[in-house]
Amino acid sequence: MDNTLYLKRKTMNSSTGSPTDMVSVPDETGRFGKFGGCYVPETLVDALHQLESAYHEAINDSQFQQQLDELLTRFVGRPSPLYYARRLSQKCGGAQIWFKREDLNHTGAHKINNTLGQALLTMRMGKSRIIAETGAGQHGVATATACAHFGIPCVVYMGAEDVRRQQPNVRNMKLMGAEVRPVETGSRTLRDAINEAMRDWMASVADTHYIIGSVVGPHPFPQIVRDFQSVIGREAIEQSQTDFGRLPDTVVACVGGGSNAAGMFYPFVGHTDVELVGVEAGGLGNTAGAHAASLSYGEPGVLHGSFSYVLQDEDGQTLPVHSASAGLDYPGVGPEHAFWKDTQRVRYVSCDDHAALDTFQIVAETEGILPALESSHAVSAAMKIAAEKSADDIVLVCLSGRGDKDAAEVARLIDEMKRNSH
Amino acid sequence: MSTVDDLFKKLRADDKRAFMPFVTAGDPDVATTFKIIEQFDTIGCHLCEVGIPYSDPIADGPTIQASFVRALDAGFKLDSLLDQLPALTANLTMPIVSMMSYSIIFRKGLEQFVSAAKAAGFAGAIVPDCPLESAAELSAICRDHDFSLIQLITPTTPLERARKIAANTTGFIYFVSVTGITGERSDAPSQALDQIGQLREYTDLPICLGFGISSAQHIQAIGSAVDGFIVGSAIVKRVAKAKSPEDFDGISKFAESILSAVNNL
Repeated sequence: MDNTLYLKRKTMNSSTGSPTDMVSVPDETGRFGKFGGCYVPETLVDALHQLESAYHEAINDSQFQQQLDELLTRFVGRPSPLYYARRLSQKCGGAQIWFKREDLNHTGAHKINNTLGQALLTMRMGKSRIIAETGAGQHGVATATACAHFGIPCVVYMGAEDVRRQQPNVRNMKLMGAEVRPVETGSRTLRDAINEAMRDWMASVADTHYIIGSVVGPHPFPQIVRDFQSVIGREAIEQSQTDFGRLPDTVVACVGGGSNAAGMFYPFVGHTDVELVGVEAGGLGNTAGAHAASLSYGEPGVLHGSFSYVLQDEDGQTLPVHSASAGLDYPGVGPEHAFWKDTQRVRYVSCDDHAALDTFQIVAETEGILPALESSHAVSAAMKIAAEKSADDIVLVCLSGRGDKDAAEVARLIDEMKRNSH
Repeated sequence: MSTVDDLFKKLRADDKRAFMPFVTAGDPDVATTFKIIEQFDTIGCHLCEVGIPYSDPIADGPTIQASFVRALDAGFKLDSLLDQLPALTANLTMPIVSMMSYSIIFRKGLEQFVSAAKAAGFAGAIVPDCPLESAAELSAICRDHDFSLIQLITPTTPLERARKIAANTTGFIYFVSVTGITGERSDAPSQALDQIGQLREYTDLPICLGFGISSAQHIQAIGSAVDGFIVGSAIVKRVAKAKSPEDFDGISKFAESILSAVNNL
C-alpha cells in the first residue's frame, strides 16, 4: 500500500468544526485547536525544529516513502489482517465484532510502525544514537528492533515497576542489543520513564534522537507519531471497503497516550458517519489515583511538553495513576485526543481492570487469541457496544498488540482477585 | 522596572556581579527555607531563586529533583507558600524570584499566579519549560504587572533565536552554561562565554550564568564576562544533608565563599 499520498498533509480550506478542519491539524505551531504546542526547556527547542524540518523533507521524498513502505511490507508484515471474531460476536449477541490485527505485526504490536519511521528520520538527521521510554515494553521492543535493524545504539528507559511486570519484553530488548535502564524515581512507571528519557535528551541532544512512543510530548511528536501510525486506519478503510463494501459503524481503540487510537481514528475522522470510541484505563474505580483515565476525569493542563488533558491536583502536580495495564498507566494523553474530545468527534469511555482481565480470558477462550491487556480494554468496550446493535452492524476494534507479555501478570492478577473475593 | 532591574542597574554602576543562590521551597519545610533565605540576605547575596517543587521536572538533575520529592512528600502547597511569603520578603534587602514549571502556572491561571506572586513579594519568575513560542501570553501579563519574566538561552540556541529571546526577556537573561540538566560539574563551563560575547552585541540586558556552577574556582575561571552567577544543586545538596544548626551555618559559609569570589571579580 502506497503511503505517499497519505503522509503528505493536504492543504484544505478550513472552516471551524468542519470535517476537513478536523484533519488539517496541527497548525504550524503544533496546535490541535487549543491543545498541543511546545512546553520544553530551551535546550531541546532547536532539536525539535530540526526534527520538524527533517520530517517535512522526508515525507516529500519519494525515496523515504519507498524505504518505509518496503520495511512495513517485508519486515513488519503489513498489511495487518482484518479478522472477524465470530465466536466472540456470537457470545455477545448483536453486532459483528472485527479485529484489526496489529498484534500480528513483527514485535507483536502497532509500535513498530512508528519506530521504523523515526529511525529513518534519525539517520536522515545524521544522529547516531537513539533513546526511548517504554511502559508495557512494546515501544521499547519496537525501538530496540528498529535500532538492531539499522545498527544504531539504543537506550530504553523503563519504570522499575514496569520492568518487573513486563519481564519478557525486557529480555527481548536486551537480546536485541538495547540497554534497558530501570527508572527508580516517582511511581516508577511510564511517566517517570518519559521524565528520565527527556533528561537524557537534554544532555545528548546533539547526537541523539528521542523516539517518543506515543502521540504525546512537544510538537512535532504528536503529529509525527500519528502520521506513522495512520497506516492502521488507512488499511482498515481499504479492507472495510473490500470486505464489507462500506465502512464500519463503530471503530474502537484503547487510549493510554493514544498512539494506536490516533493511528486508527485519524483516517476515519473525516468520515463523520463512523462512530469513534476511545477506551481509557478505568483501573480500580473513579477516585483519584485509582485509574488512568485522563480524558474521562482529568482537566486541561501541561505535562511532558504539551497542553492536553492531565490528571493533576489543584497545584498542577501530577496525580498518581493506576492501571493493571502498564501501557495505559499514564496520567496524560495526546493533545489530538483532547481536541477530538472537545469537538465531540470521538467519544471516550473507560474500562476497569476487572473487565479488562475478564475480556483477556474471553478473547483467549473464544478466539484463540491472547490480546494485550491494553487491547483488552478496547475489546471490552466493543463487546458492550456490539451487544446493543443489530447483526448487520460492524464494530471494528484495533487489537493493538498481543498478550504474551501479559500472560504471567494476568494469571497473577486473576489469582489475586479470586483470593480477595473469598 | 522590577526590583530585579534596580538591582542590576546598581551593580553595573558599581562594576559588580551578582551572586544568586537557589533554594527549593519547602525542603525540608517552608520555615527552614525562609531561614536559609534570610541568611543569604544577611551575608549580602544579591538575589535568591526560590524553586517551586514540581512532580515531573524535565530540566532538573537528581539533586534538585530529589529536593522536589522531599518537599511534596512533606505537603508543600503553593498557596500556603504565597500566604507566608510577605512576612519574609518585608524584611529582605535582596529580591527573590520563583523558578517553576509552566504546568503549575497554567494550573493556577496565568493572571492569578502573576498577581498573587507579585503581591507575595516575588519580583519575577523563571519558567524553564516555557520557551519563546509558548510565552506570549505569560510575557504580556508579566509586563503588565512589572514582574520580570527571566528567559533562558542555552548553548543549543542559534544566535538569531537568542536575539528574539533577549527581546522578550525582562530582568536578566539566564544563560544555561551547558547542554544538559541542572547539577554540579567538575569543570568550569567556560565554553558558553563565546556565545555570551556574541549575544552582548544585541542586548543590554544583564546576562547571568547557571547550571553546573558549584565552586569559587568556577567563578574565578569564568570571571567578569557575565553579570551574575546562579548556584543551585551545590546548595540544595547541602540543605538535604543539614541536620544541626552547625550544618545550616555550613550552608551560609559555603554561600559566603561563593559570594566573596563574585565580589572579588
